[in-house]
Amino acid sequence: MSGIAAVALESLGLLGPGLGGWPQARALLRGEASYTRQPTLIPAPTTLPAAERRRTGRVVHLALAAGLEAIAGSDTDLTSLTTVFASSGADSQNCHEILQTLASADRQLSPTRFHNSVHNVTGGYWSIATHDLAPYTVVCAYDGSFAAGMLESLSLVTTSASDVLLVAYDVDYPAPLREKRPIGDAFAVAMLLRSNAGPRTLGTLTANYSDVPVDTLPSAELEALRLSTPAARALPLLEYVATARAGSRALEYQREGSLLVEYLPCR
Amino acid sequence: MTATSCLGVGLHAMQSAISAQRTGLSRCEFETAQLPTYVGEVAGVDSERLSPALGFYDCRNHRLAQLGLAQDEFMSAVATARLRYGPRRVGLFLATSTSGILESEIAYRRRDPATGLLPENLQYAGSHNFYSLAAFVRELLDLQGPAAVVSTACSSSAKVFGMAQRLIALGIVDAAVVGGVDSLCLTTLYGFHSLQLTSSRPCRPFDAQRDGISIGEAAAFVLLERTESAARGTASLLGVGESSDAYHLSSPHPEGLGARLAMQAALAAAQVPASAVDYVNLHGTGTRSNDSAESKAVAALFAASVPCSSTKGATGHTLGAAGALEVVICAMALDGGALPGGLHCDNLDPACTLNYLRANQSAAARVALSNSFGFGGTNCSVLIGRQS
Repeated sequence: MSGIAAVALESLGLLGPGLGGWPQARALLRGEASYTRQPTLIPAPTTLPAAERRRTGRVVHLALAAGLEAIAGSDTDLTSLTTVFASSGADSQNCHEILQTLASADRQLSPTRFHNSVHNVTGGYWSIATHDLAPYTVVCAYDGSFAAGMLESLSLVTTSASDVLLVAYDVDYPAPLREKRPIGDAFAVAMLLRSNAGPRTLGTLTANYSDVPVDTLPSAELEALRLSTPAARALPLLEYVATARAGSRALEYQREGSLLVEYLPCR
Repeated sequence: MTATSCLGVGLHAMQSAISAQRTGLSRCEFETAQLPTYVGEVAGVDSERLSPALGFYDCRNHRLAQLGLAQDEFMSAVATARLRYGPRRVGLFLATSTSGILESEIAYRRRDPATGLLPENLQYAGSHNFYSLAAFVRELLDLQGPAAVVSTACSSSAKVFGMAQRLIALGIVDAAVVGGVDSLCLTTLYGFHSLQLTSSRPCRPFDAQRDGISIGEAAAFVLLERTESAARGTASLLGVGESSDAYHLSSPHPEGLGARLAMQAALAAAQVPASAVDYVNLHGTGTRSNDSAESKAVAALFAASVPCSSTKGATGHTLGAAGALEVVICAMALDGGALPGGLHCDNLDPACTLNYLRANQSAAARVALSNSFGFGGTNCSVLIGRQS
């Protein structure tokens, strides 16, 4: 039993409240900038054809923007890049609209609304936007969704020796579902993972299922951000990546177990 | 393994229905739906009761999951694996596309007129969230290992076989419970209707006059272990292949490009030549576009003599549970020495050049391929085999 081999982390993308990209998040995590919480700004995806852009909601734009930031400048072949999407919910606004229509006197749904209701709406549009024929998957483990996506991504890189783009994202629900599932403002993090280290490699990752208690963040506002949305459960690991610090980080996964990710920076 | 669908509860009932070439589809009388369509509804789901300790998870999807898990001594097989490897060493990788969304559909009708709030009893984490299926089954089976839910529409429960295979190969777990559970709800009934993809008759995969799907529901589970640990004579998972169409969110690539890539990838992963495949369980939904594209993709890879069929005329399209259900049907075909014929195909589409079985056929098949494709252009093929 070989376990998960060291996987190279090449680049990241990140969008969140007051965080307009990985460089801004890295500066914050390094303590070089102070945090100003502002609504998440999600750019319109220029890679999607105009018709598709109109038909898609915030969650697709969010996941695409984070993913595109992570692959910018990489020489990985986008048309054969395996992708893993991890999210607790899917398109929350779309879900609300469907439930509202089904509860009304006229239950006729819009066909676009229905096909956008699948959890894999992000993977589907990513593959269309990037002409990517490689497999994608979409996993959910409630608040442990980032860890589930990370484990899936690392196992794919290790067993297939192919590059994998991991994109974890969540958007908040509108009322009344918001009261049942309070999620903070939109947040997404993307990581390009490669089987072989290269000149752009930031560090290497391995992981295992563990009973180590979940790591928290020393800064109260970052800890609040971590807890506000499932995708932000990645922050303890991102802190080590930002500060190029070697060590293990236990990320929220299951009730009885965390995902222990070991990070070794190369520069 | 175990499976429950409109064909019956547990494997024996399903085998009897398949042997008799009986469909489980009936006119839709589900909940408050008023649609001219047929569905594959599982009898007895409503009367299934969750234990009070698990009441948080109560919904149609989890009642169906529990009913399914209680069959074919599946829970005792899992208990044996749990004792053998330890509860943290058994993974749980399940799939659903509906989760218990029906509970939220009903709750939206019961919003407080003054505040708009949802009723107290709606448990988002217990029924609505996709992961609620794994959270519930994890408690029911007393497992404590890695767990996740895959939700990629109609390829979901095929993909979990690959996920488990990788994590077992890497030694993250020693065994894994995989499967899919999808249940009838208004979202899928009205949703597929809005796309004009539901038939007003029991679905007719590969028939020249086919005009859409019949939505079904099912719970299917498989316990996966390393080959050397499994009992002799058990069917083996040989390989899983996946791809994306990158074409359209709700229409397949017209030439079946992604479907072909997924089947090729499954053969490559298993290192098995196409000529070794004895039976293909087609995705075969009964829509014009799927069956046409899949027919081209299968014809491009396999000899015209390879027996193929879609079992959705019997079970309906069980969406997120279809992958696991049809892998179980393939395993039963290998074990039982008979390949299932596709129902309701009175006039085979002349454009289909496949050896499409319209009646059950005796065969000593050793290798079977199961196709599952879904919205979002997601394709997954699972190859299984029985040792001689």
